[in-house]
Amino acid sequence: MTAGSTLAIEATGLAKSFGDTRAVAGIDLAVPAGTIYGMLGPNGAGKTTTIRMLATIVPPDAGSARVLGHDVVAEGDAVRGLVSLTGQLASVDEELTGRENLVLIGRLLGHRRAAARARADELLEAFGIADAAGKLVKHYSGGMRRRLDIAASIVVTPQLAFLDEPTTGLDPRSRGQVWEIVRALVAEGTTVLLCTQYLEEADQLADGIVVIDHGRVIAEGTPGQLKASVGTGALHVRLLDPTQRAAAARILEAAVGSVVLEPDPAALSAVCPDAGLAALGVGELGRAGLGIAEFSLGQPSLDEVFLGLTGHAAEEPPDATREEQAS
Amino acid sequence: MTATTTPGTTDTAAVRRAIASTARPPRPRPLSTALTFGWRGMLKVKHVPEQLIDVTITPVLFVLMFTYLFGGALAGSTGAYLQYVLPGILVMSVVFTTVYSGVALNTDLTKGVVDRFRSLPIWRPAPLLGALLGDSVRYVVAGTVILVLGVVLGYRPEGGVVGALLALGLVVVFSFGLSWVYSALGLVLRSPSAVLNGGFMVLFPLTFMSNVFVDPATLPGPLQAFVDVNPISVLATASRSLMAGTPDGTAIAVSLAVAAALTAVFLPVTTRLYRSR
Repeated sequence: MTAGSTLAIEATGLAKSFGDTRAVAGIDLAVPAGTIYGMLGPNGAGKTTTIRMLATIVPPDAGSARVLGHDVVAEGDAVRGLVSLTGQLASVDEELTGRENLVLIGRLLGHRRAAARARADELLEAFGIADAAGKLVKHYSGGMRRRLDIAASIVVTPQLAFLDEPTTGLDPRSRGQVWEIVRALVAEGTTVLLCTQYLEEADQLADGIVVIDHGRVIAEGTPGQLKASVGTGALHVRLLDPTQRAAAARILEAAVGSVVLEPDPAALSAVCPDAGLAALGVGELGRAGLGIAEFSLGQPSLDEVFLGLTGHAAEEPPDATREEQAS
Repeated sequence: MTATTTPGTTDTAAVRRAIASTARPPRPRPLSTALTFGWRGMLKVKHVPEQLIDVTITPVLFVLMFTYLFGGALAGSTGAYLQYVLPGILVMSVVFTTVYSGVALNTDLTKGVVDRFRSLPIWRPAPLLGALLGDSVRYVVAGTVILVLGVVLGYRPEGGVVGALLALGLVVVFSFGLSWVYSALGLVLRSPSAVLNGGFMVLFPLTFMSNVFVDPATLPGPLQAFVDVNPISVLATASRSLMAGTPDGTAIAVSLAVAAALTAVFLPVTTRLYRSR
């Protein structure tokens, strides 16, 4: 860990429980200033609760954190003056128009009426929402809502932006637009802490990644290091005959790497460090006489990352997400 | 995507420019932040004017029902009863409206925007104070509806327009104080309907066991004792006195003191609850 002055976030042993649920069970973070830092994990892993503690919305039960040099408990007001939060539930007011939302935030941050309106219009224009500026947000598409949400977070450009799953549920085009905005943010000097369920997103955007499961950090590193530790990709295979899947799993396990059975009863995938090995695996299946409907080589999914790191698939505790959001 | 008109797209250069202008204005004064939240409440009324129906229709029904149903029986004539009951109905209708402050707050809590408000560098009570100031406008609307309808039906305040407006002002100030209680309830209870039920469970007996509808002189002793100390009675007495042009200093002072005390106790309580929920 480097000197505190270059770290935008420095957390030790952060923990938070809701009733019997340990949402966050001791998390250490060191996020260098001026970078995009990805927090990767499944639903209920504790990402949202961690962000809410760092954004001073809920106090930690244990541990401590400094955000931009200020303690989140003792100097909460100073932290709030430097950060912004784009929550997992859209953190804009659905019963107001897009422009009213941005003017509201501008006024709350101290802009005079005219300045708040001018800033709102500038952002609406830049984010491609100008045409819908006078419409109620509840009539917005998912992508527009997300862009408005991020626009609301930069009414005054923060030094640190918390983005909680900014692309979950978006179509690829909207996702690409959000990625562009995130890149622009960091290019202008804002540090970004980005929560995501998508390895691809973390890979595309983040300089560093921390993987979280059951409220704990289970891996940390650059996207490259992380992918190296789980294999550069995954070999996806769909068989002609679902009853042969067990046999195929044994062969791929031996020839390629850890196997995950997919929801499709004829499909499975194997963690795969390189393409040559994938070709070998497919060859082995053919030699054993198993009919292959299709195969492909892709980036490892979050499930496969988890399998590679922990030996178990990313599971979703049924209640954890609700707990996180409700409290 | 090819056939449909594509919605607006982001302009990366413009986004970069917008992000680069980082000037942070000085923090606003606490009260001006609260007024901004009050403005938010007004905008919602502007977009969904129907929500004013509950604060206008109900009082109209109350005035008509009590005047024509009970007037003859209770006071000999509807005209005489209207003269007695109208200030009371003003009190009851506006006080009932305070429950909706708690309901609205409870509904607000389920939305993501609250997290944004909590992460802003603003005076902590501002979202609550602002919402309640916005609700006070609804109280004024409800009260005005009642006064106008009363005059149309033949009510004549001896205190004149000034007396009637002072009474309305007093009722609104009292209700503002009371709405803090319902805000706290709105933050503690699980659902909007629980707030609604809980709120009226208290307000119904409190309003009916007061001097709003009948002169307490006819009541049995213990009930009369309760009615006399019931703050709703005190408020009704104060409003009556103002509208009659014979201000009852004690009742007015007690009404204002109750409002101040409720605010002083429940403002910090609700602010803490708002942060921790």
